[in-house]
Amino acid sequence: MADEKKLFKVTIDNITIEVEPGTSILNAARKIGGDVAPPAMCYYTTLKGSGGKCRTCLVEVAAGSTADPRPMPKLVASCRTNVMDGMVVKNITSDKVIDARNGVVEFLLINHPLDCPICDQAGECSLQDLGYEHGKEGTRYEFARRTFEKHDMGPYIQLHMTRCIMCFRCVYAADQLTEKRQHGILDRGDHAEIATYIQKSLDHDFIGNIIDVCPVGALTDKTFRFKNRVWFLKPVDAHRNCSHAKCSGKVTLWYRGEEVFRVTARKDQWGEVKDFICNECRFEKKATADWEIEGPTLVSRHSVISQGHYVGVERPQEVLYDVLDGRKPQLLMDIHSVSEVDRPEIDLSKINGPAHSTDFEPHEARGLNPTSQAGNPWNTGKLEKQ
Amino acid sequence: MSRKLLLDKANVQGIRTYDVYRREGGYASVEKALKMTPDQVTEEVKKSGLRGRGGAGFPTGLKWSFLAKPEGVPRHLVCNADESEPGTFKDRYLMEFLPHLLIEGLIVSSYALGSKVTYIYIRGEYAWIPEILETAIAEARANGWLGKNILGTGFDCEIYVHTGAGAYICGEETALLESLEGKRGNPRIKPPFPAVKGVWDRPTVVNNVETLAAIVPIMNIGGEEYVKIGVGKSTGTKLISACGNINKPGVYEIDMTISVEEFIYSDEYCGGIPNGKRLKACIPGGSSVPILPANLLLKTVKGEKRLMNYESLSDGGFAKGSMLGSGGFIVLDEDQCVVRNTLTLARFYRHESCGQCSPCREGTGWMEKILRNIDTGKGKKSDIDLLWDIQRKIEGNTICPLGDAAAWPIAAAIRHFRDEFEWHVDNPQECLVRNYGLAHYADPLEVVAPA
Repeated sequence: MADEKKLFKVTIDNITIEVEPGTSILNAARKIGGDVAPPAMCYYTTLKGSGGKCRTCLVEVAAGSTADPRPMPKLVASCRTNVMDGMVVKNITSDKVIDARNGVVEFLLINHPLDCPICDQAGECSLQDLGYEHGKEGTRYEFARRTFEKHDMGPYIQLHMTRCIMCFRCVYAADQLTEKRQHGILDRGDHAEIATYIQKSLDHDFIGNIIDVCPVGALTDKTFRFKNRVWFLKPVDAHRNCSHAKCSGKVTLWYRGEEVFRVTARKDQWGEVKDFICNECRFEKKATADWEIEGPTLVSRHSVISQGHYVGVERPQEVLYDVLDGRKPQLLMDIHSVSEVDRPEIDLSKINGPAHSTDFEPHEARGLNPTSQAGNPWNTGKLEKQ
Repeated sequence: MSRKLLLDKANVQGIRTYDVYRREGGYASVEKALKMTPDQVTEEVKKSGLRGRGGAGFPTGLKWSFLAKPEGVPRHLVCNADESEPGTFKDRYLMEFLPHLLIEGLIVSSYALGSKVTYIYIRGEYAWIPEILETAIAEARANGWLGKNILGTGFDCEIYVHTGAGAYICGEETALLESLEGKRGNPRIKPPFPAVKGVWDRPTVVNNVETLAAIVPIMNIGGEEYVKIGVGKSTGTKLISACGNINKPGVYEIDMTISVEEFIYSDEYCGGIPNGKRLKACIPGGSSVPILPANLLLKTVKGEKRLMNYESLSDGGFAKGSMLGSGGFIVLDEDQCVVRNTLTLARFYRHESCGQCSPCREGTGWMEKILRNIDTGKGKKSDIDLLWDIQRKIEGNTICPLGDAAAWPIAAAIRHFRDEFEWHVDNPQECLVRNYGLAHYADPLEVVAPA
């Protein structure tokens, strides 16, 4: 048993799990899953060196390890901090973490254009999910949002720099998946931008993957641009024998009806791609005949994509009567007998402005509650009886 | 007159040249150190209690002992000459007028650390200094202090000067290493620390110019003698670059036992505040340390005199104290506007943020915009609380200390000068034409007594 690896015990939000040494806190938390897993905007498992930048995955380390149980003085980026044996981590159980994370989300959103209604990423956007979970309804930012000069990145990839959150994922992806990176970060601070230095298109045959790794709508597929909303599409797993040496050929086809609207690499439950695909598979092969279909993609039922994505599926033919084996549906409660607002004599279209509950107050004519009208200051007499 | 260790020969004619420097006793520390073992040199530095002069004040000997020493992997010493903190210009003075002192310190330190290739990373704006340093390096090499087999001991050392492109962030040690490697100057995520994986993944020590220069007197007089200068854990002498509303701005060498009051008002140092104005506030350690109002600057909360050293200046924590930092001593008299001053600092940090991590990238710009509104009379009362909330969410949540450095001055300004911010909001017209003045936190000293 000497060669058996010693596992590290780590407790995250009071749940203890054993993981291999060298695992990051984020990956340990993802093994537990659910709400315990911190959100990650810049970390990407398959990209070396990514992570640590967005600061949304900050967690509190309440005890460093069994050997040194001191807490860490600052919140740490869980994606870049490895677990130690006996480490105690607080994620959603720590007010400090929630406070810091809300702050980070606010920072990420102050200069974001919030143009989700016209953004192709909407529905599969990490920032959108993060905003729903941690964002506030309103903004405290009262200044003009940052804008950039437009850069043309060629026929396949559309860059919207205003939406970028500077996660550096596309830079790492281009570095590690292609032989020669043609784009990068220019400038620094809040005017830093993703760009090609001299206007030049990205033409490497693996560069399309930067669309998949982008957590927001900064890099989108030009061949899919404005064609459809992702939640109207039906994702289907498929594969083909791609001649490209590095391409896995495993993809998700996004159908609406018979038409393939776009092709993407397969994303796992954390929105990460393990097997990257080449540009030919992504941009050129948009016919069912090009692919061998495996079956519908599993989509979390919480995802907006799972909503109505099986358009055209045959609906059940049987009616309630058949399902109940001939028994008649029974009325459990007659709503008309208990509701006070059921007033069929009122024509709703006659009510001036939005209807108010007092518009339906019982009145003397019915003799139900003669005092209510006199003592009700809200009754402005808007109601017109027929 | 306190004892001078670094600047005692600064006024000798031609000290910049090798011949004069050597005649004045230069390079004696190299001769002494190379007769010892590297570990003995490190031990001597540990004994001296020397603390990093770049701002954080981490004990240098301890830092050196953390350096990983794996077999067959070269180690490097990098001199951080990227001095870009507003208000700090002590390293520039050292490098410009006493280049051989730095070279000497570098040779001794390289020997102690086993660094055969040592770098000086100098900020891009000091465009004329690399030439001075390179001349000094060439002179040192010509006289056998650099190159192969120095003094016949078998120790090889080369020093290279690398010029930055003008980025404050490259003063952060990991960003400096990235920049030295030829990459974009973004701070690395720690761990691993440079002592384990530094430049080109080799163990590296990054030290400030003044720290490395201070190695020379430590070797000359011995660590035990060095401890006797100064007080407590603040040993030796410290260069302070004083500027702002004082009669004699410049670089002063102090032995950390004098009081802040003496430093500002005595003729030996700053020479008081011009035009008979009164002291309003002071940023005692470079722009990123908290600003202190006069009453807290001269006396600590316990009522003791505040001294110019690491412990005394940070007495009272951030609520009632500040930091010695890098020694950029900025004095503000009663005519200065704290809001405008804070805006200037916020603008600097916004401009110098590298843009890598979100709180600093977005937060610094936001704070600057709010401060600009308050400064120009367009602010709201809620903006002050908002500023406080933003700085609180930046501090401690960023990769490198630049986020903290951007947050602290704003936090301190609001903490001590909140009524001035409120006055700006309440008097949007008046704040454009006149300053708030001293107010209730005014200079507590009725008569300015020369020390």
